Amino acid sequence: MRLRNPGQTVTFTFDGKPVQGVPGEPVAAALLANGIRLMGRSFKYHRPRGVMTAGSEEPNALVTVGRGAAQDPNIRATVLEVSDGLEVFSQNAWPSLRHDALAVNDLLSPFLGAGFYYKTFMWPASFWEKLYEPVIRRAAGLGRLSGQASADCYEKAFAFCDLLVIGAGPAGLMAALTAGRAGVDVILADEDSAMGGRLLREVEDVDGRPAAAWVADVLAQLRALPNVRLMPRTTVTGAYDQGTYGALERVAAAGAPVECFWRIVAKRSVLCAGALERPIAFPDNDRPGIMLAGAVRAYVNRWGVAPGRSVTVFGNNDDAHRTARDLAAAGIKIAGLIDARPDVQVTADYPVFTGGSVTATAGRRGLSSITVAHQGGTRVIQTDCLAISGGWNPSVHLTCHMNGRPRWRDDIAAFVPTPDAIPGMAVAGACNGVFETAGCLREGAEVAAAIARDLGFTAEVTLPVAEARAYAIAPLWEIPGKGRKWVDFQNDVTTKDIALSAQENMRSVEHMKRYTTQGMAPDQGKSSNVLALAVLADLTGRGIPETGTTTFRPPFVPVGIAAMGAGGQGKGFAPTRLMTSHHATVAARAPMIEAGLWYRPSYFPLEGEVSWRQSCDREVGYARNAVGVCDVSTLGKIDVQGPDAAALLDFVYTNRMSTLKMGRVRYGLMLREDGFVMDDGTAARLGPDHFVITTTTAAAGQVMRHMEFASQVLRPDLDARVLSVTDHWAQFAVAGPRAQVLLNTVLDDQISNEDWPFMACGTVGIGGVTGRLFRISFSGETAFEIAVPARYGESLFRQLVAQARTLGGGPYGMEALNVLRIEKGLLTHAELHGRTTAFDLGLAGMVSAQKDCIGQAAASRPGLVDPARERLVGLRAVEEGRRLTAGAHLFAKDAKAVTANDQGYVTSACYSPTLDCYLGLAFLKNGPDRHGEVIRMVDHLRGVDTLAEVCHPVFFDPEGGRARG
Amino acid sequence: MRIECPHCGERDRREFYYVGDAVALARPAPDAGPDAWDDYLHNRDNPAGDTNDLWYHEGGCGAWIVVSRNTVTHAVHRTKLAQKAAS
Repeated sequence: MRLRNPGQTVTFTFDGKPVQGVPGEPVAAALLANGIRLMGRSFKYHRPRGVMTAGSEEPNALVTVGRGAAQDPNIRATVLEVSDGLEVFSQNAWPSLRHDALAVNDLLSPFLGAGFYYKTFMWPASFWEKLYEPVIRRAAGLGRLSGQASADCYEKAFAFCDLLVIGAGPAGLMAALTAGRAGVDVILADEDSAMGGRLLREVEDVDGRPAAAWVADVLAQLRALPNVRLMPRTTVTGAYDQGTYGALERVAAAGAPVECFWRIVAKRSVLCAGALERPIAFPDNDRPGIMLAGAVRAYVNRWGVAPGRSVTVFGNNDDAHRTARDLAAAGIKIAGLIDARPDVQVTADYPVFTGGSVTATAGRRGLSSITVAHQGGTRVIQTDCLAISGGWNPSVHLTCHMNGRPRWRDDIAAFVPTPDAIPGMAVAGACNGVFETAGCLREGAEVAAAIARDLGFTAEVTLPVAEARAYAIAPLWEIPGKGRKWVDFQNDVTTKDIALSAQENMRSVEHMKRYTTQGMAPDQGKSSNVLALAVLADLTGRGIPETGTTTFRPPFVPVGIAAMGAGGQGKGFAPTRLMTSHHATVAARAPMIEAGLWYRPSYFPLEGEVSWRQSCDREVGYARNAVGVCDVSTLGKIDVQGPDAAALLDFVYTNRMSTLKMGRVRYGLMLREDGFVMDDGTAARLGPDHFVITTTTAAAGQVMRHMEFASQVLRPDLDARVLSVTDHWAQFAVAGPRAQVLLNTVLDDQISNEDWPFMACGTVGIGGVTGRLFRISFSGETAFEIAVPARYGESLFRQLVAQARTLGGGPYGMEALNVLRIEKGLLTHAELHGRTTAFDLGLAGMVSAQKDCIGQAAASRPGLVDPARERLVGLRAVEEGRRLTAGAHLFAKDAKAVTANDQGYVTSACYSPTLDCYLGLAFLKNGPDRHGEVIRMVDHLRGVDTLAEVCHPVFFDPEGGRARG
Repeated sequence: MRIECPHCGERDRREFYYVGDAVALARPAPDAGPDAWDDYLHNRDNPAGDTNDLWYHEGGCGAWIVVSRNTVTHAVHRTKLAQKAAS
């Protein structure tokens, strides 16, 4: 029922039926205004439930918003703002909210107590995963995900400030105003759509004006300060190290992301998060229409919505009286005020029952009456809304995020924060146990002024006049008597469950939480935790401080993974790196494969080719018989310069680079400090103090880091600098007997194989562009790598490919590259996989004993030079038509293929069109001593079992004449 | 977590690559013997308290940095270029 003319309205739907709402109000307010009290079904017993609170702590009124891929479950109807066309659905009910089939669970409740599934579904064990768990999960629960990818946009952002004020109630507003006026760089974040906190929900004056008018005035002043940033609809979700705070913003602008997850870095912060009201445990205290008293007041005062026509109030503290007074003043009938305290003096024109309590309630889908036991007897009161108040709990949550433990204050029967629980965070107002407006205003201002002065600003405290009334409470937790009394409404935990937990010796509050599930789920027990531990304390005969609280952890409100991981989907998770030849390659219909973040062509199919092998074999032929072109830009390139550049390379490579002549290239091997091979590559000397080295594609980042480590950490005495230039140069391999002929079609000055002998390097002109030419070979053929600044890469690639085709060649991809290098026994990260040494690879001779290098000392450990180690060999298939496969294991010819007999494994394998047989590279125990032996190769995964001959790993042109020619 | 890069100022930890204890600064001589090398390569303390770690400002200037911090409070006490710490 609305208490005032709503003015402009919008229409949304609830379970398909249109509902009128006022812009800015939460869905729960609009539903109450339309007389809808039943908003959902409970988690376990499918009990009818209505809204209980007016904030993000809401345990009952969880709804699903939208449908299809945009469906978003478990949204609190107390936070979700109404808008035109919004589709809202109730949860956990079938076939309908009014007639829910699983409401039968409520009748079965004697069998469904805490931990029932641990005891009930014990046998047979295999049924748990297949039957019991799926059934329980379907029956219990909250909203569901659509299972479809959502197109909604989420964002993440970073912000920095001197002072973060968390919460914009009276304390927060005064803190922001005081610090803002002093010139402090302030962020004021509040989770509500409108700032003001309880001042928007109470009937009281501040500075001689209605509180809401004072709030509007302060907000106008704050907006006028350039050093103050207001962040409404933003919940600070966690406090982390070094003054970092997580915050979730519900962005309310057309076309903007749905939510933005902020990481706010603040020199200091003030927590002004207020307090949350707690319920009282009495029988059937969960019916729709039973709400927290402060929430009832908020609906009336702020949104002009009466949650009922005949309201009763039940409490143990002065604040409950305020609800009765405000409602009566708004013209709502108060059917009774029940105060549990026997000695309270109240004069009011509605019935007051002191020393009373609610002992029963009635009304299946909504409250219809309550039974009150009081000093004068028992009475049944007809009522459609019961406002309850068990007292207020300061919102200490954020102060506990770094192991802080709150302390109990008997006078207000609540936990308050321990000072300095979060470095740099101060606490002010209701969350510090101050429950009157004047005190909140003063504490907010004073705390902020002290922080401002600490930060070097001059701050003044000017306080408005406001209400100061004492808060008095007599603790009241559970009303004695029979019946189920809910403690945790969201998880359907009653006092019986807590009693069962205590009875079964789960007496620690942390055990009780896990056994009963109290305080789990989206609301994290915001309204139930203190009540639950008080009940446990009573049951176990301990006090509340001894019982203690469970640990509050971030986030304060649920944060969607979509928001927290915003920007990390798809290409945001794994960006793509494209070679300059990418478009030309894709246009040639080459299938691309991933190599780290890069995409490289597998092969370049020609018309009529039906298998990759056909294309691959043809491309191998290009390099062996004519000329092939391959983009090798993905290999890491590192520029090394400085007077000690050569000395640095001597230190990182096993072999000597300082003796390398200018204009020459040398193969090099790098070890990790533990003696295992890290990477291989080439070093080219372009000048006395200038080298450019290459790394494998996979290890480019690792080698760069390693080079920086070597130069900065291990050898800061060396005057040398390293710089990654991988992206600056496009580099193409040109391989085959006609390589030099092809190059001469693009080079400004003709070259000959004699002028550019094997392992020469230097500068060349290509169409007027200065490039680099290296005569190096990864194919065993006469081969060059030609490099140009990346912006000329695509053009050069197209030219090289076009010219190669006129010479009987063409481009080749990764498959052919792999075959070419296996035929030559050249290594990749299939062999350099981090567990092999130079000794294993047959490269022990490359580790110079004449100088120190990274890994040299450890590489000489006896275990790393044991001849019995698995060492590199070649394998040649001996059975006609039987292939070799990478990953297969090796066994003695007549041995059983079991782990105990394992002799080694295959790292690379291919069909060699050059030699017309299957080849492999493998690591085999005592390998080099077993050339000529026939062994058994078994690949259990692919079902291959065949024989192979062990041989030298260089299968083709072992003398290397072709590369040198 | 933020780390003060001596070159770039206070930066988010996502810009850094972590390698471990700064013991790496004290590389033994090549002939220091198996025990010294075993310690250097493999043995690390796991203190509840102050540590010195090596971090690499990979998403920034490329500096290797010695970070003195506390594993219990997560406080970062000070940072220093490894280059200076080593020499």
